Amino acid sequence: MPLLSNTAVLLRKELQSEYRSHELLTTASVFILIVIVLFSFTFDPTSAESRQFGPGLLWLAFLFSASLMLQPCFLKERTNDTLSALRLAVSDPFAIFLAKLCANTIFLLVTELLLLFVFAVFYNVAVLSVFPKLALVFFLGSMGIATTGTALSAISSLARMREVLLPLLLMPLLVPVLIPSTEATKALLEAEPTLRWDWLGILIAFDVVFLTALWLFGEYLLEE
Amino acid sequence: MSQRIGRPAGFKFNNIEKRFGTLYALRRVSLEIAPGECVAVTGRNGSGKTTLLRIASQLTRPTRGDLNFSGLSDGEVPSIGYVSHAVMLYDELTAEENLLMFARLMGIPEPEKRAVTLLEATDLASRARSLVRTFSRGMKQRLAIARALLQEPGLLLLDEPGTGLDTESMAWLVNTVRGLRDEGRTIVMSVHGESALSQLATRAMRLDAGVVFADTRSGATFQAVFAGTEA
Repeated sequence: MPLLSNTAVLLRKELQSEYRSHELLTTASVFILIVIVLFSFTFDPTSAESRQFGPGLLWLAFLFSASLMLQPCFLKERTNDTLSALRLAVSDPFAIFLAKLCANTIFLLVTELLLLFVFAVFYNVAVLSVFPKLALVFFLGSMGIATTGTALSAISSLARMREVLLPLLLMPLLVPVLIPSTEATKALLEAEPTLRWDWLGILIAFDVVFLTALWLFGEYLLEE
Repeated sequence: MSQRIGRPAGFKFNNIEKRFGTLYALRRVSLEIAPGECVAVTGRNGSGKTTLLRIASQLTRPTRGDLNFSGLSDGEVPSIGYVSHAVMLYDELTAEENLLMFARLMGIPEPEKRAVTLLEATDLASRARSLVRTFSRGMKQRLAIARALLQEPGLLLLDEPGTGLDTESMAWLVNTVRGLRDEGRTIVMSVHGESALSQLATRAMRLDAGVVFADTRSGATFQAVFAGTEA
């Protein structure tokens, strides 16, 4: 299938570029690390407080770092007008979005899972026993952020106030991702961890709706 | 899904208009370029040459009017090679990786072989594994032309392709365009004034403020079109 083969080729390019530059992973990791450490020093929370407020803090840090990470997603394609070359080369423009959102999901997920252990240490929260379930929540939440963020990155890359526009558009739109992700994470960090499928269901629905919208209308976002 | 065809394709602009806000880049342009023609488009900066080429490549949608391709059957779309002002290459990839990636996206059979052929043709084989960011402007331009030729396009759109090329590279470009023209491929190139490249054209066109000001197939009047004294 041309869509899948094109996506695979473009995903490889995204990963290769990041492997060479380390730009996105470094920026996002450092940002989340700073937020986690600063909050830990400022509030010095107890273990119970950490379980109560930690997930919200964690997801806010993920969201802010995602807005940093997603900013250059399409902006770098404008530098040498490589986006035009891609549009002429691919048979289905959705492949461009699919590759970028897969890459963004992977970058976000890697950063989140790495920083989860820093969070566990600073906030005295046990995460190892629920790690696979947390990874599932992080995956669904990251996919929601990446899907919406990739689409908005394509829009904002054409705008004059692009640096400000992306976070302004992204934050309100991601409230439906932020709440279920935080609640599902909180339920997993409690003394008796539970996997809340009701919240996960909302995340899955959000991902499916935005992915379908991107598939249907993404082509228009790539036009000048 | 439409099938991309490498057969020479022409195109027809029917009352095409392109506006950027209140600025008109093209004003109700109607023209027809037949398959196999080699057209040199000239004009001052901001006359609409780039917009014309971008609309023909379908990268830019016109504000008004229609674009139709000729020389193809129903359901077929032309295979378009496009060289723009920007090099349309990834700086963080090597020359070989750039060509291989685009060849794979285009579904070219034996992409490695095609990439090697073009790297040799553009005299970049010795720098195949160097990152594009280390290339000079002229080398990037040669690689950009190689990228445009990957799928042996039936319609080649060149926006000032001589930019940054030294004498040797320019000679290579002229020979390449001559070869493609002699193969019967359709070529539309924007040029600034008369040059070795513009002499290959079988038709000359001058744009002024988004309007086709002069259009001739008569070689005798080419010089006047390029000099802007045809009126």
